[in-house]
Amino acid sequence: MWTWFYRLASPPYVYRVAAGLTPWFLTLAAIAIGCGLIAGLVFAPPDYQQGDAFRIIYVHAPSAWLSLFAYITMALAGGIALIWRIKMGHAVAAASAPIGASFTLAALVTGSLWGRPMWGTYWAWDPRLTSELILLFLYVGVMALRPAFEDPGRGDRAAALLSIVGVVNVPIIKYSVVWWNSLHQGATVAKLGKPSMPGSMLWPLLTMFLGFMLFYGAVLCIRLRGEVLNRERQAMWVREALKS
Amino acid sequence: MISSSFWSMGGYARYVWPCVAFVCTVLAWNLWSALRYFAAARQRAARALAMAASDSA
Amino acid sequence: MSVGVWEAFVLVLRRELCLSFRRPDQLIQPLVFFLIVTTLFPLGLSVQLSLLREMAPGVLWVAALLASLLSLDALFKSDADDGTLEQLVLSGQGLYVIVLAKTLAHWLVSGAALVLVSPVVGTALAIPVTAFATMMLSLGLGTLTLSWLGAIGAGLTVGLKRGNVLLSLIVLPLAMPLLIFGAGATDRAISGTSVAGALYLLGALCVLTCTLAPFAATAALRITLE
Repeated sequence: MWTWFYRLASPPYVYRVAAGLTPWFLTLAAIAIGCGLIAGLVFAPPDYQQGDAFRIIYVHAPSAWLSLFAYITMALAGGIALIWRIKMGHAVAAASAPIGASFTLAALVTGSLWGRPMWGTYWAWDPRLTSELILLFLYVGVMALRPAFEDPGRGDRAAALLSIVGVVNVPIIKYSVVWWNSLHQGATVAKLGKPSMPGSMLWPLLTMFLGFMLFYGAVLCIRLRGEVLNRERQAMWVREALKS
Repeated sequence: MISSSFWSMGGYARYVWPCVAFVCTVLAWNLWSALRYFAAARQRAARALAMAASDSA
Repeated sequence: MSVGVWEAFVLVLRRELCLSFRRPDQLIQPLVFFLIVTTLFPLGLSVQLSLLREMAPGVLWVAALLASLLSLDALFKSDADDGTLEQLVLSGQGLYVIVLAKTLAHWLVSGAALVLVSPVVGTALAIPVTAFATMMLSLGLGTLTLSWLGAIGAGLTVGLKRGNVLLSLIVLPLAMPLLIFGAGATDRAISGTSVAGALYLLGALCVLTCTLAPFAATAALRITLE
């Protein structure tokens, strides 16, 4: 039952699987994002209160979701690597970090541009925005810590520990709109029961979420192969793999 | 459908379109940067193998 | 001759305090930094008392944060430099206890000192005397939490060349919720509203950090030293 888990610890296996998955993820992501974007920008009806500005949600919400998802992946992979000493975990964590950071930036920028017409300001120090900004700083900290060590294994382990310590921030972001009176709107999609958005607006959004996740998977696989090569440069199997 | 009201986004064009453009840039950067990282890793690995081969030769 | 856990704790604590007091300049510097930084804000922004009072909680807390960060670098550094740290790790005593003692000693000479000096700074920033109790309590809890968070950062960066910059980069994002609650508590005390909620939150943060952070700091030390 655990064989698939242990196989994931093998670098050549990970390298091969990532290579196989990438074209699938990329194609499906392109289709999903393309359809979702067109549906959201063209076909979804304009919002009663926000007019056409609400369409920013189709790029803002998936970016924000991905920024959290990538961080959790990074922390989880780092934790697995620390506990079970599976070096591929460190590779996944290292590959995730820049992707997640870029999406955090995207969430902050699109959110800021959305806030201007809606709340009248490009920025507000409210809990969700602030904790998302803190998330960006956490990403930067992890990405700065890893290369600071002479021994790359030590750098990996230190970065994994730091990302686990920072994972405390993630539930704060998620629940900030629940715990505090916030400018930012509450949950509309990830609620138990019916989501508070009509279907014609919801479906493009869900498609975008799916597309972004698939895109993350694709880019992760590409970066992961690079990480694996960097870490396993001396190994025997690399010679065969590079020939293909 | 692709009428002027689409491009003007009900007056919010200067917020909506920069958002879409920025996110598309982020997606493109991710893909490009990952491919470049992978290519550089391949190069370095190939060079390391070549050096090891010439050392033992 | 084996030493019990409590005795080990007390031994390390006393050693740290002894060593700290042997270098009084290292004790005074963060305090002076604290005083100077809080002076910069009124000079740079405004000297009107009413305005000062409004920005006082934030200024106080940012200055305390930065002053604590200054002294955090030294938490493990001198011991790492002369090899004592490795001896401590190898000593067979739980590293948890040692880290606990070192961090507590660090707080006693830095954070606690800041709390004692804070009435002076509070007066300079036009904080009313009625708010002093809350200010000192919140600063006490906050600096304690910060010492624990800083121990994690110090453990991760000990021995790195540009360690102190990275240390700040790592610790400050983790300390931001602390800053929000701490400054919020002082702010409420100044404006006269109930501080109980904010202080309870600060206390909860402190307890959470004090119990969990030593584990992380211990793990960090094992990573960087092994």
